[in-house]
Amino acid sequence: MTELFLLSALGLMLSLFLGLLRVLLGPGVGDRMLATQLIGTAGVGILLLLSMLLNQPALLDVALLLALLAAVAAAAFTGQQKTHHD
Amino acid sequence: MIDILSSILILAGVFFYLAGSIGLLRLPDLYSRLHALTKADNLGLGLLVAGLALHSQDLLIMLKLLLIWLAVLAASATSAHLIARQARRQEKVP
Repeated sequence: MTELFLLSALGLMLSLFLGLLRVLLGPGVGDRMLATQLIGTAGVGILLLLSMLLNQPALLDVALLLALLAAVAAAAFTGQQKTHHD
Repeated sequence: MIDILSSILILAGVFFYLAGSIGLLRLPDLYSRLHALTKADNLGLGLLVAGLALHSQDLLIMLKLLLIWLAVLAASATSAHLIARQARRQEKVP
């Protein structure tokens, strides 16, 4: 089971890397924001896997906090764009 | 038996994550990228959470995992909507 968890965490790291590539390439700010969203979700997945792997239930709370902050980031991005535009 | 089922669920979740990020990288415009991303968020994390909940076999941890999944669902739906509306508004409609 440990090997499977490590392998899955590695797969999520690859997904996170692809998201970073999109941040680098992305033509518009919207694309970069989408990639940030993917990075947040992949981070939540990695934290969940690590919490089971290391047997540390506190990491679940960290994952919950990261999930909530990802929504705040998107909302702040949209609000900032709006005030900037007007 | 439970271990096998949980392994299958976790691997399926990772597969959806990878498919979503490849879609984010390869698809042509923002709206189709949005489509790929929501697959990774909802289905990938959902399957991962289901596999981990089966593995943990502890009610408190299961409930917390479910809560995390629901938070991510709400966050990803809201932010996808906000980003799409923002892009739509900035687009010059003739």
